[in-house]
Amino acid sequence: MITDILKASVAASAIRLATPYIFASLGETFGQRSGVLNLGVDGIMLMGAFAAYYAVFETGNLFLGLLAALIVGMLMGLAMAFISVTLQAEQGISGIGLYLFGLGLSELLFQKTVVTPTPIDGFPRINLPILTDLPVLGEIFFHHNLLVYVAFALVPISAFVLNRTTFGLQIRAVGQNPEAADAMGISVARVRYMTVTLGGGFAGLAGASLSIALLNIFQSNLTSGQGFIAVALVYFGAWRPYWVMGGALLFSTVNALQLQVKTIENALGINVPSEFAVMAPYVVTIITLIFASKRVEQPTALTKPFERGES
Amino acid sequence: MAIVRRFLNTSKLVNISLNITLLLLAVGAALLVGSVMIMLMDADPIKAYQALYEGAFGTTNSRAETLVKATPLLFVGIGICVAFRGGVINVGGEGQMIIGALAGVWIALSLDTVPRFIENVPINDFPQITVVTLSLLAGFVAGALWGGIAGVLKAYFGVNEILSTIMLNQIALQLMNYLLNGVLLDPEQKDRVNRIPKTARIEEHAKLPRIDWFSDTPTRLHAGLIVGLVLAVVVYILLWRTTLGYRIRAVGQSDRASRYAGINVKRQVLYSILISGGCAGLAGAVQVIGLQYRLQTDGSAAGFTGNAGFNGIVAALFGGLHPIGTIPASVFFGALLIGAQSIQREVQVPASLITTLNGLVVIFVVSSQIFIKRLTKRRASVPPQPTPAAPKSLPALQEEAAK
Repeated sequence: MITDILKASVAASAIRLATPYIFASLGETFGQRSGVLNLGVDGIMLMGAFAAYYAVFETGNLFLGLLAALIVGMLMGLAMAFISVTLQAEQGISGIGLYLFGLGLSELLFQKTVVTPTPIDGFPRINLPILTDLPVLGEIFFHHNLLVYVAFALVPISAFVLNRTTFGLQIRAVGQNPEAADAMGISVARVRYMTVTLGGGFAGLAGASLSIALLNIFQSNLTSGQGFIAVALVYFGAWRPYWVMGGALLFSTVNALQLQVKTIENALGINVPSEFAVMAPYVVTIITLIFASKRVEQPTALTKPFERGES
Repeated sequence: MAIVRRFLNTSKLVNISLNITLLLLAVGAALLVGSVMIMLMDADPIKAYQALYEGAFGTTNSRAETLVKATPLLFVGIGICVAFRGGVINVGGEGQMIIGALAGVWIALSLDTVPRFIENVPINDFPQITVVTLSLLAGFVAGALWGGIAGVLKAYFGVNEILSTIMLNQIALQLMNYLLNGVLLDPEQKDRVNRIPKTARIEEHAKLPRIDWFSDTPTRLHAGLIVGLVLAVVVYILLWRTTLGYRIRAVGQSDRASRYAGINVKRQVLYSILISGGCAGLAGAVQVIGLQYRLQTDGSAAGFTGNAGFNGIVAALFGGLHPIGTIPASVFFGALLIGAQSIQREVQVPASLITTLNGLVVIFVVSSQIFIKRLTKRRASVPPQPTPAAPKSLPALQEEAAK
């Protein structure tokens, strides 16, 4: 009985905690599929989280918060696109720059405006007729805030866009063989600008999902590195939206278990140092990357700037 | 005139001064953006930068604090020079520092306690120079091995090193938290209800000495800075005066060309991240035995490293990815970080402004590379240029490879 409730609450919070990972890594998937590695996701998430929090703090309007996060995220994505596509800068390093920029600026703005972390009213959990009242299943699947459903809905949409639309075909062409895509009349730069800007918007929403839906607060370094995990999840999920979602759920499940580590220890009567529980998903990711990199081809042009006439 | 122009065209000096100009422009641009931000916060940018300068260089103590802050940046930055020159994007400085610090403090503490169990052997029998050297060595080796994990994964399993080093940072942090709550916990803390996860304080003979001969008032400046300066020279020689360094740079330039030249690319990748991780490990060990005298965690990586693992990358980039250039660059960023506190005090601009500017410096520096690329391309396409020394040493390398 106790373990049943525990399982349900762990599963429910795993689904909730997967939200920021799913937003951020889906966005990153678009960018990477077109050949751009944006390592600054964590910085964008922090800026998005602050923008959303501040908008809600001032106006109380949650959708204004989402809009603010989306716009800020897209602007930072646009900046990254300019840096990596137009200026052809080293993507890994400029991503670190973008991260430091977002980390610093979000804290700076917070200290200049709100100063002390003040809780706000974020997206409430939605009670669905009948579904929410289902035993166990209702608690796990049908008692979440709006952003959780949006994030999971974006998974099939992203997969559809990438695999079944002309735009998706262009993205994949640009990421696999930019020279051929260019020869076919696809503007490599335009496609990459679009994906990286879109990815930035998603990362902004990922930040918002933390600050106005899951935690309902902002503080310095709120994401504590989740954006970097999101980048890793894209490799982990081999650039496929559904697999990326699987990776996100793996991470969030461990995060959820961590929150309950004391309860679990009491229930099972074993003592696991919490540090190892925290460590586990990172180790799993490394191991998965070892196997994945042997089996799965990454987008050929990933991290390679494109310039016409360069063979 | 034509001769002069030709000389200027081919001269290495022109390339170096072009590079330095671009770097200074990048930092200048970042500071300019900073002034706009300061103005938006209703503060006077001139006053703010004055406060920054005063805070970093105003007194003997502030100058010393600037150098203390610069020291870990220097170590990490030197390592980054090797890694980036070898084409390895090592962003695992934070984790490598932590592991280096763990190894360093472990040696420092064990050489403290071992003699106590041996009758009639006073502690002084372990001379300071031995303990300190062993601690530093342990820090280097441990950091190198931690980086080496990512190196092996990249070289032999094709795992992207950016991802693996980020993962290894988190794992290192948890390892530190675990050890500091367990075997390395200060015995004094063991019986307390609310333990502070920290090691015992290291003994006098395990400490890097303080540098106090330049002032009457005691400062926290320690010999770690000198170790860092020596390391910069050593790594400079290694990169530009040895075959190993040549190979590492060759692989960084073009791994395909290096492979055709008979260089074992995988091995050079491993070497460059081993050295890089070792330098970051030294940074960690030096922080412990030179400055803090114990390892303590607040649960976050930055709590110990002060973000030096990332800021060292900034310093290395601003130093032109050259170990000697990294010296003034580290002092500059050390000064920014120390001065940031005065900015906060004097003109109420949060210290996180400096993190923001650091990010901008990185972005501007890597973005400005395209101008160097364009310029050199244009120059190369006009008059026929003598190619760099690379082909000359190819036969020698092939000979070696054949052995």
